[in-house]
Amino acid sequence: MTSATEGRLLGRSQIEDLFIVPAFALVAALVIGAGVMLATGVTFSTIGQSYVALLRGSVGSVNAVSETLTAALPLVLAGLGLALGFRAGLFNIGAEGQIIMGGLAAVVAGVALGDLPAIFALPGALFAGALAGALYASIAGWLKAATGAHEVISTIMLNLISYRLLDYLLRTPLIQKEGRADPISKSVPDAAELPKLLTFIDINLRLHAGIFLTLAMVFVAYWLLFRSKLGFEFRASGENPVAARVAGMNAGLTIVLAMAIAGALAGLAGANQTLGVLDRATPGFSAGIGFDAIAVALLGRSHPVGVLFAGLLFGALEAGGRQMQVDAGVSIDLIGIIQSLVIVFIAAPLLMKTIFPWGFRRSDAP
Amino acid sequence: MRVELRNITKRFGPVAANKGVNLTIEPGEVLGLLGENGAGKSTLMNVLCGLYSPSEGEIVIDGNTVEFDGPGDAIRAGIGMVHQHFMLVPVFTVAENVVLGVEPVGRADHLDLATARAEVERLSEDYGLAVDPDAIIETLPVGVQQRVEIIKVLYRAADVLILDEPTAVLTPQEVDEFFQIVRSLCDAGKAIVFITHKLNEILDISDRIAVIRRGEIVGSGDPKKLTRPELAEMMVGHPVDFEVARAPFAPGGVILDVKGLTVLRSDGAVAVDDLSLQVRSGEIVGIAGVQGNGQSALIEALAGLTRPVSGQVLFDGQDITFASPRERHRMGIAHIPEDRQRAGLIGTFSVAENMVLDSYYGPPYAGGASIDWARVHTEAADIAEQFDVRTPSVRSDAAHLSGGNQQKLIVARELSRDTRFVIAGQPTRGLDVGSIAYIHSRLVAARDEGDGLLIVSSELDEIMAVSDRILVMFKGRIVAEYAPHETPVDKATIGLAMAGAAA
Repeated sequence: MTSATEGRLLGRSQIEDLFIVPAFALVAALVIGAGVMLATGVTFSTIGQSYVALLRGSVGSVNAVSETLTAALPLVLAGLGLALGFRAGLFNIGAEGQIIMGGLAAVVAGVALGDLPAIFALPGALFAGALAGALYASIAGWLKAATGAHEVISTIMLNLISYRLLDYLLRTPLIQKEGRADPISKSVPDAAELPKLLTFIDINLRLHAGIFLTLAMVFVAYWLLFRSKLGFEFRASGENPVAARVAGMNAGLTIVLAMAIAGALAGLAGANQTLGVLDRATPGFSAGIGFDAIAVALLGRSHPVGVLFAGLLFGALEAGGRQMQVDAGVSIDLIGIIQSLVIVFIAAPLLMKTIFPWGFRRSDAP
Repeated sequence: MRVELRNITKRFGPVAANKGVNLTIEPGEVLGLLGENGAGKSTLMNVLCGLYSPSEGEIVIDGNTVEFDGPGDAIRAGIGMVHQHFMLVPVFTVAENVVLGVEPVGRADHLDLATARAEVERLSEDYGLAVDPDAIIETLPVGVQQRVEIIKVLYRAADVLILDEPTAVLTPQEVDEFFQIVRSLCDAGKAIVFITHKLNEILDISDRIAVIRRGEIVGSGDPKKLTRPELAEMMVGHPVDFEVARAPFAPGGVILDVKGLTVLRSDGAVAVDDLSLQVRSGEIVGIAGVQGNGQSALIEALAGLTRPVSGQVLFDGQDITFASPRERHRMGIAHIPEDRQRAGLIGTFSVAENMVLDSYYGPPYAGGASIDWARVHTEAADIAEQFDVRTPSVRSDAAHLSGGNQQKLIVARELSRDTRFVIAGQPTRGLDVGSIAYIHSRLVAARDEGDGLLIVSSELDEIMAVSDRILVMFKGRIVAEYAPHETPVDKATIGLAMAGAAA
């Protein structure tokens, strides 16, 4: 993508890529989702009701928007990391494990720094989360650079390891909550928490300061990818590793750094959850965010701005899906189907251009 | 079979790749189709072999107008194409490859390979092709693989054979053999369309020449009455200067000293075998040789991309045997890689990004961690202009440039900075005469400024045109050395050395 070097944020074809295709994909997915509901015996009126609920639950109220944003933040953070990896030609499946390590490290650091003022405790805990994610991802990067081990395999294995490692660590005295027999961590002290932002409106609104962190990271990722030397190396290695090597770029170092930065962002996503939403680490706290984030990164075309919007869409689907379940009694699994359909349609932009010929600039024949 | 193209126009959107082309292909005749890359040769031939349907005009075979709906129709009508890049299954035998897709079958869909073998033997004999039907493709030299492609077309009963840049992959000796084959095909009454941009070859082999430029036939004639400069001018639209002006030969001290270098291929075979050579400042050393004799491995070792297993490389007296590509770049060593698409450029990057692909990391383009893209764009535009890289904008993707402009972009990137030594692999492969002349003049200009240059090329004409000293590489070793400025040397002598005669 050449937007950075074109001196403006987004060109026409990128707007098509980033917004128009996803918008049509969403429409198509909702239509087919309705078909699926029909096929499973849901009545027309319930389908209508459930889509109203989807809208209401995602953007229909302050609480809905707060939930949408809260769900979107970790997806955007982890998605940014994955997008950087994709740009460097690394198909990192390991965000889930990196989220676990980052989230847990943030809790541990938060507990340790809990007596300090928030201005030290919170950055310290966030930093620990990013560092843990970075180190954990670097294992896969180092394995690839040193031995050629494929990152898809090694990151999947590292995910499996991280689940069990989390279960084990949650029972160690340093981490486990006092007086509990089940695997659960100590609570994050107030000083290390990401403060809630909207409690002045309603005490139950969950949106927290992670939103500033996330927006800052979108900017950082954009700068890194399109303005920095490192990002140039990432993109060159991703597009054509042979030419990058001939041009004197260090392939091994690029791989390790790209994985480390991807891991740091996933680690921040984990920290965002444990410090901002959950206040503790529990088994399975990563909740598949690392896998949804793959879809978010792909949907966002590995562009930081695209990832931001894709994350918001997925956050909205998640928050709205819960409302759908409550209001219409439609299974939340349907949201999974709609999310998957959106991805399928986005992966086929040509199909979108065929179904919805308007909205696209007429492309010239070759 | 007589084929006529009448008033063929082929448009892609608003762009006309061919405009009102009239062309007649006669049996028993070699029609040489000459044109630069992008002139519309391939489009025209793709129309003829059924891959494209023409926007206007018609194809007439023996007086009957035909319409091809796909390449299958063209093959049935007797028109076959031998592509520049072979379409063979490497692990199959010759016979299996020849019948692939039109296999003779016996009862119960049994593959009748005996018939296939016999047929290949008959064709091979009839046209003097000398191919063993049982040989496995990947064990055959490129020249023989090409004959297999020809047999494939003949097996499909083609009367018109279109040969797309057939000599690009051949040695001078193989070219001679290949020309004999073309003659025997002609004598048997086949019509041949010989597509090329090489002037010497088209003058040697053709019975009639048609020159295509910007989609139109701009001239045609009898090769006996045309000269190289005339053809070149027709092809590019302006006079071309073949002689590269160069300063008198006045070499300085040794800049590159390679001592006993041995490099292995990835499979462990010896590619470069205890090779020694020296290049002096202000000197162009050309390495001639048939592809696959270790030239690629030599370039890679000198560029720092592979580690030699023994030997030493000294640059200006300094040991750089194990220096990284970046270190070499900093010392003023420029590298024009053999494979520009794969190793020289990133197609999805802009011209500007490609222009700084190996110099983005330091001044003037970067200070600290970020790249000054505004600066990159202005500098890249300047360099592109200096080196005649024709691009709508430095923001265009490099993949959209023609081959000649892509190579000029790489040459611009490598030579626009202060260099002391240049390694160039196949610097003009597949380019048109205009670009070739331009790139040669740039390489010679670098020599005149006192750089040492090592040029590896499988085009003997190129080696002879630019080199002060010629080395011949065969099986990983230097087997012959010539100094044309002392004793003139002819093509045949070097050709023999390239085939291993001197070893």
